[in-house]
Amino acid sequence: MNAAATPPLLEARDLSRLFPVRSSGGLFRARQMQRAVDRVSLSIRAGEVLALVGESGSGKTTLGRMLLGLTAPSEGVILYKGMDIAAQSGEAARNFRREVQVVFQDTGGSLNPRRTIGQSVALPLTYHRGLERGAASAEVDALLDQVGLPPAHFRHRLPHELSGGQRQRVGIARALASNPALIIADEPVSALDVSVRAQILRLMFDLQRERRLSYLFITHDLGVVRAMADRVMVMHQGRVVESGDADAVLNAPRDAYTQRLLAATPVPDPSRQRNPH
Amino acid sequence: MSEVTLTPDAVPAVGTPFRNAGFRRRLLRRPTTVLALAFLLLLFGLAVCAPLVTAYDPLGGGDSALLEPLSPGHWLGTDDLGRDIWARVVHGTRISLTVGVMSALCAVVVGVIAGALAGYFGGWLDALLMRIAEFFQTLPRFVVALIMIALFGTSVLKMIVVIAALSWPQLARVVRASVAALAQSQFVDAARVAGMGHGAIIVREILPNAAAPIIVLGSLDIAMAILIEASLSFFGLGDPNHVSWGAMLNDAQQYLRSAWWMSAFPGLAIALTVLSFNIVGDALNDALNPRGNSK
Amino acid sequence: MSKGEPLLDVRGLSVDIRQGATALRVVNELSLTVRRGEAVGLVGESGSGKSMTAFAVMNLFPSPLARVAAGQVLLEGRDLAQMAPAELRATRGARVGMVFQDPTSYLDPLMPVGRQIAEPLRAHGRTEGLEARVLELLDLMELPNAARVARQYPHELSGGMRQRILIATALAMQPALLIADEPTTALDVTVQAGILKLLMRLRRELDLGVLLITHDLAVVAETCQRVNVMYAGQVVESNEVGPLFAAPRHPYTQGLLASILSPHSRAHSLFSIPGSVPIAGQWPGGCRFHPRCPIIRAGLCDTSAPALQARGSGADRCHLSGEPMAADAWRRNEATSP
Repeated sequence: MNAAATPPLLEARDLSRLFPVRSSGGLFRARQMQRAVDRVSLSIRAGEVLALVGESGSGKTTLGRMLLGLTAPSEGVILYKGMDIAAQSGEAARNFRREVQVVFQDTGGSLNPRRTIGQSVALPLTYHRGLERGAASAEVDALLDQVGLPPAHFRHRLPHELSGGQRQRVGIARALASNPALIIADEPVSALDVSVRAQILRLMFDLQRERRLSYLFITHDLGVVRAMADRVMVMHQGRVVESGDADAVLNAPRDAYTQRLLAATPVPDPSRQRNPH
Repeated sequence: MSEVTLTPDAVPAVGTPFRNAGFRRRLLRRPTTVLALAFLLLLFGLAVCAPLVTAYDPLGGGDSALLEPLSPGHWLGTDDLGRDIWARVVHGTRISLTVGVMSALCAVVVGVIAGALAGYFGGWLDALLMRIAEFFQTLPRFVVALIMIALFGTSVLKMIVVIAALSWPQLARVVRASVAALAQSQFVDAARVAGMGHGAIIVREILPNAAAPIIVLGSLDIAMAILIEASLSFFGLGDPNHVSWGAMLNDAQQYLRSAWWMSAFPGLAIALTVLSFNIVGDALNDALNPRGNSK
Repeated sequence: MSKGEPLLDVRGLSVDIRQGATALRVVNELSLTVRRGEAVGLVGESGSGKSMTAFAVMNLFPSPLARVAAGQVLLEGRDLAQMAPAELRATRGARVGMVFQDPTSYLDPLMPVGRQIAEPLRAHGRTEGLEARVLELLDLMELPNAARVARQYPHELSGGMRQRILIATALAMQPALLIADEPTTALDVTVQAGILKLLMRLRRELDLGVLLITHDLAVVAETCQRVNVMYAGQVVESNEVGPLFAAPRHPYTQGLLASILSPHSRAHSLFSIPGSVPIAGQWPGGCRFHPRCPIIRAGLCDTSAPALQARGSGADRCHLSGEPMAADAWRRNEATSP
């Protein structure tokens, strides 16, 4: 793997997010700060899939929000294509916004319930690519086709009329609308039925190949990591405890927490039970 | 791939209040609501066509008999100055509805702007706006209106301004709560990532989803405004150039027993109008939040 | 109740949801059994009707529109569906307990957890020895410092601890049957492992019958002795875990197992069952799985609904499962499709 040849697409250095502990502090005492994300560094190259693994409280969601520019970091710097996104203004900042997109976990909540599918997917087209109605409309159809939702049928539907898997496809179509280079997917399949998960992951894989996308998968599901990721970072209480090649880390974890995570994951094979019942 | 499978999901909590299949049905479910709506429609009709349905000048000037009871010539009788009560009641709707609707509208505009800004941005802006709102809210509405009008004189415009200034805080607080909750939604995050600016997000993504309580409070505010206007007029602080039900009640004080029609009809008008707006507001609340769904 | 009789015996259960003048059938003639000391899994995706089945056992539906339309629910030999309300109330909590998915919403935020665990005891008329029993239960749940925990409020406890409180509440009256509806879905995976271990330990020590409802086949593999797979309101396959995982007979079960992300799955070779689960009211005629089935035989599968047939240690609902080619329905399809 040519490591030094291409500069990373997205890079984070010593990223931290602090928040005040509620019970501390008062009128004259300083509040104590807790680190939801504690000095995390990472990098993603073009075409690469990085997985961020952790349980609740690990800070992975907060980290994802910082990388999307939705939450400001308390410390550290985020570089997109070599430029500090906090320092950017105007053109550069807009480029970052356009090229880094998101797919959320909660398919019900990530789509405005009052907007039709077509309108939701068209949002980035209007705001990021400045397309007019007619051109946007054609593009929306193309995107819906690409994710496996026949436009004629789905354009005018409202989110609550679709199943979870279908809504997730819409989320993916919306993420693709601005022609991103990197998609951050926060638990994209956790809320879906088992038989639908493979469909969505397969779709994301195909899209990645076609468009040379990078992915940052934020997940707690090691199965997703094994299936999709090139590299993995394991987070625990705001810190990265282990990182490296996905197969290597999951087959031979060195950190105690990673080992615990692997041991706790149920295996669908009754003959290989560690806890005899 | 892809047949459509429509999931049997329940009606969404934050949703499309009007496109909701059951909205009209739920709204018109109770007969009282239908009656109230019909009454209000009638009222608007009368306000618009006032000169057409009345034969006499409400401000008097004719030579009808004084204190004449109900008769074919004067449907609702005449008052102590010989003015036709029916004409005065009908013309009175204009002032009541104008003040009621306009002040509620102004209160909604100010309240929505303040509440949306406070709820979306939080921080010092929120603190500032809410302190201002709280200040206005602690003032007893009617007493302050009384003082303001007494100090600055009276006119329809001044009444609208004063009443609106006293009504906006409650709306602002409700809007702030709705907006603050919705601003945490993932679809708002998604809109930001999709490139929408703050203003666009507030106007196009958040407010439409917060419309329900605004509509309900707005209609209740209309009722309250009409009541305040009537009260001010009763105390002689209304606009003397316009006919007002409250002023009519003031005039009728001495004749409560001898000419009951002078007080009964304007009183009835006020009561029914306020009641109708309250009923409609209540029904809108039920219709927009089916089965107590609210997020 | 004799030794051989099952603790829970559901026969031909059908559940309807009233919609105006019509009724929507969401569970159709379902039968299953649970014995003492046995953990039985009920597996299905959303829309399969598995949660409705769980609610039906206790006749405790979240919506007043749902009701048991047909069938029997025999708990220790007595039919719950026919019981008078007073008797049913006496049975709930005392003979059967239930644990739900999200512990936070089932705990009163304003009451210390110790009091909440004691609620079923009070409800069934017990007035003495409550505190001792609560501490005993907290110990059983492996919660250290039981006296202190009993005084705490739900928000002071972690998700895993809250779920243990719920389990303690469900077991307060020493029921014979525990129904757990997705008990670990909302929890972190490390916490999940702990809760599942606890449930299995309780099963062994208390000779508890457990009906575990879940969408996660891996959880079933780790914890259950027998499993029923539901699809579109019916059980399509049931068997002991070992044989079911090793040699699933129904094409849906085979597909479900094949689409689980295992340590060997890679993105380019992920398998998924084409199409999607039909919703209640739009179930296909004939075999409900036929539109998605790779080995469908025209004229049979699309017209005639298969019955649940016993085969070996289990049963399945497929016309063709006896035939050799059905043992590997999907790969066969993939080999022949373009």
